[in-house]
Amino acid sequence: MQFMLLFSRQGKLRLQKWYVPLSDKEKKKITRELVQTVLARKPKMCSFLEWRDLKIVYKRYASLYFCCAIEDQDNELITLEIIHRYVELLDKYFGSVCELDIIFNFEKAYFILDEFLLGGEVQETSKKNVLKAIEQADLLQEPWMHSVLRE
Amino acid sequence: MSDIVEKTLTALPGLFLQNQPGGGPAAAKASFSSRLGSLVRGITALTSKHEEEKLIQQELSSLKATVSAPTTTLKMMKECMVRLIYCEMLGYDASFGYIHAIKLAQQGNLLEKRVGYLAVSLFLHESHELLLLLVNTVVKDLQSTNLVEVCMALTVVSQIFPREMIPAVLPLIEDKLQHSKEIIRRKAVLALYKFHLIAPNQVQHIHIKFRKALCDRDVGVMAASLHIYLRMIKENSSGYKDLTGSFVTILKQVVGGKLPVDFNYHSVPAPWLQIQLLRILGLLGKDDQRTSELMYDVLDESLRRAELNHNVTYAILFECVHTVYSIYPKSELLEKAAKCIGKFVLSPKINLKYLGLKALTYVIQQDPTLALQHQMTIIECLDHPDPIIKRETLELLYRITNAQNVTVIVQKMLEYLHQSKEEYVIVNLVGKIAELAEKYAPDNAWFIQTMNAVFSVGGDVMHPDIPNNFLRLLAEGFDDETEDQQLRLYAVQSYLTLLDMENVLYPQRFLQVMSWVLGEYSYLLDKETPAEVIAKLYRLLMNDSVSSETKTWLIAAVTKLTPQAHSSDTVERLIHEFTISLDTCMRQHAFELKHLHENVELMKSLLPVDRSCEDLAVDASLSFLDGFVAEGLSQGAAPYKPHHQRQEEKLSQEKVLNFEPYGLSFSSSGFTGRQSPAGISLGSDISGNSAETGLKETNSLKLEGIKKLWGKEGYLPKKESKTGDESGALPIPQESIMENVDQAITKKDQSQVLTQSKEEKEKQLLASSLFVGLGSESTVNLLGKADTVSHKFRRKSKVKEAKSGETTSTHNMTCSSFSSLSNVAYEDDYYLNTLHDRGDKELKTFSLNSELLDSESLTELPLVEKFSNCSLSTPSLFADNSMEIFHPPQSTAASVAKESSLASSFLEETTEYIHSNAMEICNNETISVSSYKIWKDDCLLMVWSVTNKSGLELKSANLEIFPAENFKVTEQPGCCLPVTEAESTRSFQYSVQIEKPFTEEILSGFISYHMMDTHSAQLEFSVNLSLLDFIRPLKISSEDFGKLWLSFANDVKQNVKMSESQAALPSALKTLQQKLRLHIIEIIGNEGLLACQLLPSIPCLLHCRVYADVLALWFRSSCSTLPDYLLYQCQKVMEGS
Repeated sequence: MQFMLLFSRQGKLRLQKWYVPLSDKEKKKITRELVQTVLARKPKMCSFLEWRDLKIVYKRYASLYFCCAIEDQDNELITLEIIHRYVELLDKYFGSVCELDIIFNFEKAYFILDEFLLGGEVQETSKKNVLKAIEQADLLQEPWMHSVLRE
Repeated sequence: MSDIVEKTLTALPGLFLQNQPGGGPAAAKASFSSRLGSLVRGITALTSKHEEEKLIQQELSSLKATVSAPTTTLKMMKECMVRLIYCEMLGYDASFGYIHAIKLAQQGNLLEKRVGYLAVSLFLHESHELLLLLVNTVVKDLQSTNLVEVCMALTVVSQIFPREMIPAVLPLIEDKLQHSKEIIRRKAVLALYKFHLIAPNQVQHIHIKFRKALCDRDVGVMAASLHIYLRMIKENSSGYKDLTGSFVTILKQVVGGKLPVDFNYHSVPAPWLQIQLLRILGLLGKDDQRTSELMYDVLDESLRRAELNHNVTYAILFECVHTVYSIYPKSELLEKAAKCIGKFVLSPKINLKYLGLKALTYVIQQDPTLALQHQMTIIECLDHPDPIIKRETLELLYRITNAQNVTVIVQKMLEYLHQSKEEYVIVNLVGKIAELAEKYAPDNAWFIQTMNAVFSVGGDVMHPDIPNNFLRLLAEGFDDETEDQQLRLYAVQSYLTLLDMENVLYPQRFLQVMSWVLGEYSYLLDKETPAEVIAKLYRLLMNDSVSSETKTWLIAAVTKLTPQAHSSDTVERLIHEFTISLDTCMRQHAFELKHLHENVELMKSLLPVDRSCEDLAVDASLSFLDGFVAEGLSQGAAPYKPHHQRQEEKLSQEKVLNFEPYGLSFSSSGFTGRQSPAGISLGSDISGNSAETGLKETNSLKLEGIKKLWGKEGYLPKKESKTGDESGALPIPQESIMENVDQAITKKDQSQVLTQSKEEKEKQLLASSLFVGLGSESTVNLLGKADTVSHKFRRKSKVKEAKSGETTSTHNMTCSSFSSLSNVAYEDDYYLNTLHDRGDKELKTFSLNSELLDSESLTELPLVEKFSNCSLSTPSLFADNSMEIFHPPQSTAASVAKESSLASSFLEETTEYIHSNAMEICNNETISVSSYKIWKDDCLLMVWSVTNKSGLELKSANLEIFPAENFKVTEQPGCCLPVTEAESTRSFQYSVQIEKPFTEEILSGFISYHMMDTHSAQLEFSVNLSLLDFIRPLKISSEDFGKLWLSFANDVKQNVKMSESQAALPSALKTLQQKLRLHIIEIIGNEGLLACQLLPSIPCLLHCRVYADVLALWFRSSCSTLPDYLLYQCQKVMEGS
């Protein structure tokens, strides 16, 4: 995977993770163009896009778009499932996640992403293991979070 | 205003929470008090981008103050970091905080450290300089006993780590592969994967440990190791065939549900793992029957087990199909895979349909009948509202195009093209259309019209090969001459019609194509006269929207047409207009036209009609100018000096140390002018070699307008070979295929209800036109597309790959030849000017020489002067310079060897090769070092002899050479000597290879030794090396010479005056043979062919011709700088003797 972007229906970036080295200028350009292209697509259209020499896989969850860039030989469908698994993880962690959780706790969203994908590759597919790792790191402080997790 | 905003902001949180009951309670609680929360809310409340910018800038400046304040606690810093990340995400620069992120990672407690690492991984990239500061922190954390810290360090290493610092952490990470916790092992494997990506050779030694990771008892670790294996197998599949069995076993276990339930995803066992394994198997089984056989069973099971209940099973199925088609084919599996593709294609879900099309595109080359089965679906997809589906369908159609369906498919592609706006799509599609049009065009009109569409839409973004290939096709023609003429005529007519349209702007590239075609082929017209065409071109020339590059094409076309037009006012007007143009290039073209225009007969012979492909004999040595040159010389003009020589003289005048090898900086301007894409002629006229202005200059002159037709490397050989393949394909009887298709359609017709809508009928019609010619009975064709008919536009056989380069140059010559004479007309001025210049310089050089000769007479030269010595180029200096390198025949060399006082220490081989005199290069009271060169066939062997003058024993004498940019120095055995006895001599041998050409270079080093009393000493020395030390004769035949000559692009020409003694060619060549080690291949009349090579193997050819006492030298080589250097050496030799 080359990068992952989360953005709102209004085109506001909520999360960005780049797995390939690019300059800030390029990142901004790609983000701008891609957000525009994806937002312009109609709901019944296909979740895949050929964009420049990349394949874009995107999916909308409520008001938030999850968008991944993969290489040509990568499997589009499994990338959709990566997005879905990430949403599941967020959902489990925050407890019925919504866009606001990600806006206000985006660093947590990053931590979860880093436990799931590392360097652009799937690191751990077991939901239990990912959340265990996050829980361990969350320990010591923020006890309120534990109550959420224990449910 | 800002006050109001702030007040509103403070009031906002409450409002916000009320309005957003959907917000998770936890999230709201956490953010209520945080400052990030208020920032986010503030931004959400704003309406304009401008306000947002203002707010963020405010926030950033307050953050800047906070992070740099010494009182800021780490806890506050953590909070600041989160806000900085947020600001960066919104697109604002927060680089002032980067260093603090690193600090936080270093100093913070666990939670702070975590944020610090996160900020670092988001802010920085692999080659960011600040990243180096993180290395110590990472090393420390990797050694920590706290698991969470180790995890954090591994996580950051797997994302960004400076390549050059890998060795610092590698051993620590290797250790982690044995860690008891699986999460640590997993992350360590991924960190190593990252290292493999950025610096593969650094992790080569741990490949064996990867195998251990593959067999790890934890599924996560094993899965992580598959990333590395996939990558390594992609790079080299043959090295991992032995692992096939293991991968198959793992896949079997996964498919069989043997993994812990944790790894299930929607009750499908470990889909990510399955897909990874399938991809690996596909790579391993490719073109390998034995390996493929191992995996047939498990693939079959995978296909069977993946019940279609969820997207993720489709993902696995898709990968399975891909693998089945990648490996050595097995019919049973192919059949099942084809069925699967059918499920995809026919699925109502659009994502699956897309993948079905993608799979079809992939397998169509192996199984064209599959497309026939799904023809109706494909037709539907062609009109799909989603452009992505359309595009994939066109991609599929592109692969099944043949001569029968080309018009329909290209029409569909053009329709799509007109709707697309994205440049990437346009470039891609235009290339495909042009390729299909060239291959399968049914008739002239269609071909030209299609190409017109390509040029109008593709315009200036398309690949330059497209117009180049098109023009070549027109120019070279096909087997049938009348057909060719018709095609050309049609092109001319269609362009004239296009140009008649008012207010239409065509892309520059299209205009260039038009102007070339009109210039070459307007003579075919019977209605319009050349004058009318010129008038149209003139109108374009006066158009401001036409680029100056295009204008040169236009004016070239006008020039070609002028001799055909009897008299044209337009030409007069054009000359009048452009001879005062501010664009120098245009002005020159106008002047050329003007002068040619005055002599119509000359112009007609210069610009013959329809000869763009014919060879033209050119007197490249410009011997017709000899009289003129001789006259100039007899009147006291200084002989011409080439650019680089003048440059050197200029440099030496400046008395600056010059450590650069000569000629590199300027050779690109004057001497490789033929290659420079836009060599503007005025520049090269002055810097170039006046005696050869004829050929070279005109070439560079017209490069601007003409060369682009063929691209840099001439015609692409790729295309040629393709054509060869195609024409070799067997034509398949077409009628039977047509029948097949018909049958298929009629069957469908029958089965369907009779009340068929009109629309559907149209679709069927389209289908029959699209899928015509797809051989249903044709066997699996692994080679590529099955081309069912022979092509209309088959190239003439004369254009063979090998010849293409040659043809290009001929083209260039012909096209540009018309200006060669006009150039001659200007020659006077240039020549006189340059002569004048040179006269001045000559004087200066002379005085400088005498100065330096004086300094030379001093016994000990200071270092600086030594340098200036070698940077000087006068022959006299060279002779004085203690570097007698050239030695006449071997007999003398042998005698030299005997004479040498060091003869006893020579190694065996020394006598076999020519070598130089031994020469003392440095000494002190204890030792004296002398050196000599042995010119071996494959290298230069330097021998340093160390004589122990003292009465004591020397211990561990050692010689070391400083690394030099231009050489590769290799030590020969026996370089460190334990003991050197009193009054004896030892020698050290080094072989020297040249890395890049130079004139002279200094090789220096030092010798160190121990005296008996353990006192150690060191002595430095240096030796001059000349290019000629690396020149060896190249023994080839005249025939090979001819072949090589044509293949070399870099050439340099120069006339050298010969001294009395060498007046005849043989004696002159002999001098070159002896002094420069050139090999004389043949002497024919007053011409001679010589060849040499620069070690290790860069050939250089020399063609000599004698007129009176002038020797015309013409060098060619594959290396761009070598001819310059050799010419310089030749001049030295010829003038010096």
